[in-house]
Amino acid sequence: MNLRTAFLIGGLISAATQVVFAQSGSLTLPKTVEAGSAFSISTSGNGKSTLYIVGPSQVLKRDVQLGETVTFPNGTLYNSGHYLAILSGPSSAENDSFDVVSAGKPANLNFFAKPSRLQVGLRGGITGAAYVFDAYRNLITAPTAVSFELSGPSGTVQRRTATTKEGAAWTQMDSTPQQGTDKFVARVEDLTSTRIIGQVPGDPCALKMSASPSGKRVKLSTEPVRDCSGNAVPDGTIVTFTEAYSGEQSTVDVPLKRGVAEVEMPAHNGAMITVASGVVLGNQIRWTGK
Amino acid sequence: MSKGGLLAVSLGVVTIALVAIGTIWPVPAAQFYAGKQGFIRSSSTPEEAVRNVGEDIRERHLAAAYSGFANKAQFTEQQFEHDLWGSYLGLRTYSVLDHFDVRPIRASNNEAEMQLKLYWSTVVGISTDSRNLHLLRNGDRWDVEWPFVKEATVAPQVIPVNYLRWDVIYPGGGDDWGVQDVEAPHVKIVDMHPIERADGVVIMGELLNEDVVPAYVSVSATLESKNQGTIATEGAFDRISHLLLPKQVTPFFINFPKVALSDVGKIHMTPFSTLVAASADPVIEIQDEKLNPAPDASVTGELVNQSGQIVNVAHVLATFYDKTGQLVWVSDAYVDHALLPQTPAAFLVHIPEDLARKISTERTVVATFSVGSAR
Repeated sequence: MNLRTAFLIGGLISAATQVVFAQSGSLTLPKTVEAGSAFSISTSGNGKSTLYIVGPSQVLKRDVQLGETVTFPNGTLYNSGHYLAILSGPSSAENDSFDVVSAGKPANLNFFAKPSRLQVGLRGGITGAAYVFDAYRNLITAPTAVSFELSGPSGTVQRRTATTKEGAAWTQMDSTPQQGTDKFVARVEDLTSTRIIGQVPGDPCALKMSASPSGKRVKLSTEPVRDCSGNAVPDGTIVTFTEAYSGEQSTVDVPLKRGVAEVEMPAHNGAMITVASGVVLGNQIRWTGK
Repeated sequence: MSKGGLLAVSLGVVTIALVAIGTIWPVPAAQFYAGKQGFIRSSSTPEEAVRNVGEDIRERHLAAAYSGFANKAQFTEQQFEHDLWGSYLGLRTYSVLDHFDVRPIRASNNEAEMQLKLYWSTVVGISTDSRNLHLLRNGDRWDVEWPFVKEATVAPQVIPVNYLRWDVIYPGGGDDWGVQDVEAPHVKIVDMHPIERADGVVIMGELLNEDVVPAYVSVSATLESKNQGTIATEGAFDRISHLLLPKQVTPFFINFPKVALSDVGKIHMTPFSTLVAASADPVIEIQDEKLNPAPDASVTGELVNQSGQIVNVAHVLATFYDKTGQLVWVSDAYVDHALLPQTPAAFLVHIPEDLARKISTERTVVATFSVGSAR
């Protein structure tokens, strides 16, 4: 190979290398970006390229001049998650990744309270779970203090505080002996969410009936039916009267009306009459016609 | 005679012969539609006379049956129809007579008494109705006196009903995630007892609505083999009262045909409940219940509708216990006539003969359905 040929080959290689390098570039990304905030991505190299940003439910595309910094205004990326940035030129591609994290300030609070209805006097019977979100509905996974407050029908207040773990905080409360509605509030900073819990009476307690003649029949009526905490058992609750006489029996399921159950049954002298509600038995009466 | 003429005559003769054979010895399918009596109706014996009445009812030829009654002056043809099918909507309304049995009770030269047992095909199965018919000889034939039962009627009146009614409002589609839902009713299985019968395994038990709201309930069971494999899953279907008011208890009965109890390692019970709009009305009194020993062991009694609403279908579920209070059997029956207010209606629930001796006490509940109401 003579000197002239060597110069020619060297010149071609140098020119080709310059063309290739002129079309390639590199990216400089922030490690994390707060959801909804402005951010920028720096590029290096020469020439034109296309920048793609791909993440959960969002894809961005920008034409970029290599060597310049691309800026993104507030609100461009708002879904937290892992994002991939790809710088794509005609002959090569560079990529890198970054995270969009939830904004630090809580803006939304979702509160689950269970059950919506329960018996009075149950220890740990009420559970509440709060989930804290930013303004863009991203779960805030940083520990956040949540306070819970349950106001009972008698005015008693139970308070608990909890710190979120992976975005959720939960607590347990007791139902009080008095029936009525509880106001269950979860609070994070200035955000509150309220749920209503119904406390309903328990099983009837000391179910008692009386009997009186009513023509050829016997009229049976209970005393006002209450649970063991003194709450009136709600109307519609079934009370079963059973009358047994000479190998036969009569039964009737009667719903409570205005707190008492009343029914007329056939009058049989010597009949044994019993009363029950659910699994609770009441008193017995032997009917003698009076 | 030309060949064509001969063919025509031959076809005519064969057709007449086939018609005659079909008329005299009809095939069962043709009998079903045409009736089993053929053209010639003989009433020369009490049994034949009663069979003719049964056939007329099965074919719904009420005019033919009515015209032959010796006591037709006592009731009209329409009253006869109401005696059989009722005039209020009930299970019998859309039923057909599947078959009937005739049994002699007593007979003399001029009088006879026969039992006509009618098997009605209803949407919930066969319903039976037994009538004792008095017959009188009239020359060379026997005339039937239909044992007419006048259908009960209720005088026009206004009955105030002020029992509770429950309605349910569920969360709407526009509500936020996490919005409070209404709690499903709390129900509990308070008794469960598996037994082996000739046709498989039966699981019986009782379910309590321990909540303060009505519940639509159902129960299913899964049998697991001893090596944890699933044998079968079945539900109670209609052998349960699906609507339970607060503190009400229903029995349930789940059948697993062709399964041996010795193959079962574990039983998973799954009670289901959901909120349902319901009314505490109607109230049904079950009066004069009686356990009848074997043979034909049963529990009988009368249902009295204490409300002002007509109950179109009444389903009686009976739970039977032994002396120690252990559950022995669950059985059910439907009342095929509508329950009119304050009008007793008889019911009969069969008990298996082999279990009848073990039964000491029973408990009966009634599930009802009324057209145009939630129950």
